[in-house]
Amino acid sequence: MIANLPYLAVAGLIIIGLYTILFKKNLIKIIIGITILESGVNLFLITLGYRMGSIAPIFTGNPSDAVMAYPVPQALTLTSIVIGVAVLALMLSLVIHLYRHHGSLHLSKLGGDDQ
Amino acid sequence: MKGMSTIVKTIANISFPLITIYGLYVIAHGHLTPGGGFQGGAIVATGLVMLIVAHGSDWMEEHIKEHDLSIFESLGALGFIGLAFLGILMGGVFFSNFLVDTTMLFGGIPVDGAANINTGGTLPLMNFAVGLKVIAGLFAIVLVMALATSKKEEHL
Amino acid sequence: MNQRNMLAAAFLTIVGVFLIFSMLLMHPFGEPTSQAMDQYIIDNTVEETGANNGVTSVVFDYRGFDTLGEATVLFTAVASVVMIFRRLKK
Repeated sequence: MIANLPYLAVAGLIIIGLYTILFKKNLIKIIIGITILESGVNLFLITLGYRMGSIAPIFTGNPSDAVMAYPVPQALTLTSIVIGVAVLALMLSLVIHLYRHHGSLHLSKLGGDDQ
Repeated sequence: MKGMSTIVKTIANISFPLITIYGLYVIAHGHLTPGGGFQGGAIVATGLVMLIVAHGSDWMEEHIKEHDLSIFESLGALGFIGLAFLGILMGGVFFSNFLVDTTMLFGGIPVDGAANINTGGTLPLMNFAVGLKVIAGLFAIVLVMALATSKKEEHL
Repeated sequence: MNQRNMLAAAFLTIVGVFLIFSMLLMHPFGEPTSQAMDQYIIDNTVEETGANNGVTSVVFDYRGFDTLGEATVLFTAVASVVMIFRRLKK
């Protein structure tokens, strides 16, 4: 089980993010939960391309026959991080609009039905 | 929002060129060291946001309009697409690296692990285009949000 | 605890158990299963692209189309944020 420790960290981050989205009633806390969920998914992507005892895939000043980590998962994680920043900017601007219209950030004062 | 005290403004004015030079170094050496267009663009945008925090968004609105930022971002996007289409004209496929192994601008192949900036083909040019796009985009997002939360608007 | 909270707790428990089970059954950390594509990229990057950085050559040369899609997403997000905060000029 110690050999799978990064994967258990990914599961922990996803569970914490899902708990915050489901059970908190403040809009900013829900947005923080979405960001934690996305950090967990990015961590999962980059732990898939590691080989034991490898170095970064840079050829400057390194011997050319060293064992190197895989570069393709790192490139896809870069794309995922930028898309996460874009979605976060859109969510925050909509929250600013909602706050100016209703005057409160609590979910019970925003909707129409009561539960 | 209002600005901060004189000490903060002076230190921000001193460190802004250093942050910009460091960010441009990370963009320009993207094909030799870890870094590239997106990472260096985020560094320069952070320096610009530090200027907003130190001087206040009212001062910033007098000096930079959002209309100028959209010109920079469109230039970056058009440069990236233009390089991709130029690959069809000169190489045959979309996105082909037509400058490597020639005697033109960035042609050259690194020998035996030594770092030479005259290598890489179209990669440094694409790094500059994407870096310009990221700088203008991230700075425009933060500037628009700072302006919107500071004015005393009446009810929508 | 009303009905909505009980449903949410049940959903969270199911997803949590499923995640932890599948993370315990994955291949050990540090021994990836398929090696052909990345080994080809590591061996042939310096001759084919002329760059010393493996990640930059994958992002801009071997997989440049994904970077085009990402630049489009960033452009769309910036345009949407500026549009949301625009006032009608009288």
